[in-house]
Amino acid sequence: MSEPTFSPATVTLEDGKMLLNMGPQHPSTHGVINFLVETDGEVIDRAIPEVGYLHRGIEKIGELVGYHAFMPYTDRVDYLAAMFANESYAMAIEKLIGVEVPRRALYLRAIACEINRIASHFVGTGTMPMDMGAFTPFTHWIREREYLNDIVEELCGARLTYNYLRIGGVSADMPVGLDKKILAYLDHLEPILAEFDRLISGNEIYIRRLANIVPITAAEAIDYGLAGPNLRASGVDWDLRRDVPYSVYKEFSFDVPIGRGKCGVAGDCYDRYWVRIEEIRQSIRILRQAVNGIPEGELTAKVPKKIKPPAGRDAYARVESARGELGCYVAADGSEKPGRLKFRTGSFSAMAIIEDKSPGLMIADLVAFIASLDVVAPEVDR
Amino acid sequence: MDATAIVNRLKEKFGDAIGALTTENPDPFVVVDRKALVEICKFLKTDPDLELDFLVSISGLDLKEKMVAVYHLWGYKHRHGMVLKVECPPTDLVLPSVTSVWRAANWHEREQFDLFGFTFTGHPDLRRLLLPEDWVGHPLQKSYVYPTQYHGIDHYRPNPFDQFKAKDEADAKARAPSAPAEPTPGSTPATN
Repeated sequence: MSEPTFSPATVTLEDGKMLLNMGPQHPSTHGVINFLVETDGEVIDRAIPEVGYLHRGIEKIGELVGYHAFMPYTDRVDYLAAMFANESYAMAIEKLIGVEVPRRALYLRAIACEINRIASHFVGTGTMPMDMGAFTPFTHWIREREYLNDIVEELCGARLTYNYLRIGGVSADMPVGLDKKILAYLDHLEPILAEFDRLISGNEIYIRRLANIVPITAAEAIDYGLAGPNLRASGVDWDLRRDVPYSVYKEFSFDVPIGRGKCGVAGDCYDRYWVRIEEIRQSIRILRQAVNGIPEGELTAKVPKKIKPPAGRDAYARVESARGELGCYVAADGSEKPGRLKFRTGSFSAMAIIEDKSPGLMIADLVAFIASLDVVAPEVDR
Repeated sequence: MDATAIVNRLKEKFGDAIGALTTENPDPFVVVDRKALVEICKFLKTDPDLELDFLVSISGLDLKEKMVAVYHLWGYKHRHGMVLKVECPPTDLVLPSVTSVWRAANWHEREQFDLFGFTFTGHPDLRRLLLPEDWVGHPLQKSYVYPTQYHGIDHYRPNPFDQFKAKDEADAKARAPSAPAEPTPGSTPATN
């Protein structure tokens, strides 16, 4: 059979309509993404996302390097929350070869991931007001993110691409005194969250820019495969950490914030913002319990240097990343390298909904919509 | 419901289109007939006991003798999941599209078309997603031939260490005539 011809998105313009390229270097697109925007004045007829500018072939690289050697590449799947891709990949291989991870390592993973979740939501909720024209909140969150980067640097030596997890455990133990530092930081952060709410969350202009804009119903969110905060903002009470407990999350008590239409209707842009702010509070709760309850023990399980799962086995592991379900699918082909490796990311499904929800939006609302989905381009493109 | 119960329900309804369930795997999976894929998916999504309403991902899998499309499904209400596998001969990578069942399938199928070469019949907008429109081949196939250039941009970069090595050799050659000949072992009489 013959292959279909590869044609770019076909856009036929009616009289008076305009076709604009929003991107690839548009400041509000959170990475290198292009939107082909067909507009009638200020009103959008259709916004077509053109992605792939950051495609690095991570899945193909996985087939070319060994199981252990792939870990640093997973950092590059989502650079704002690298720890989750680490965890997802490590869990998939552990499931594949049947390794039990020591509890201390699981606690360290949970601590690292929750710190990373807060740091990632700082960028998500910081850039959202920035896209609405309020620059100051972003500078506050970047200041706070610096402290978290310092903590993570003490933990694993890196500030952005951590490469902290190993198959079967973690690479390094917590330095002496870091637990006290984390607890002291959390005490410092809670009043800052209240300050941030005074600064922007209750701001009249900000609320009007976000409330009632592009509401996504729960049924739509599920149908489009939205995940994580975007799904919860639509009112779906679902969190992998609580509902399909992995790692040690069932030992912590925390709430799952869902969108209830705080300033408008449920599932609007403001709910997507507010769910993330609430998640920071819940991550603080989890971190306190994890740091106080960390057990003594080994850092890694016994994992062979050469991992060689039998051909035909495959495993899928899912974690609750800062951008929703981050799944890693690994299929073994009997050699020392994965036969197939795939990442399923939250940003990918979030990008896919934009085209269908865009008709009738104002251009400024499209910017708000993209910001509220908190998409990160490398996670879409991989 | 666990995987066995789901597969039993599917077998009641679709009979021979459902293959055997493989449980000796971290995730149990079932191979289904590709002709009946859309009906099976519709049933999995709408049946009140199953309600697999979340299409998690679609992944291609190249086993050389056959190509497999892997569908990971999840149901929020009953909190259970299922893995469907659909097999194709490598010469005929045509599958029915499930975009009519889950709208999430739109981009997942475009991605697998782009990187893996599956053609999904009935897909509303089957274009390449991540690679440029004029890209040749599908990189995640095992038989993929790496391109040497793209629009005149060569993919080959000379290795700087090769250049250093060539320079060292040239230098050694230039020095060679003036350098004193090294005494070969055994040529000098042994001093006793």
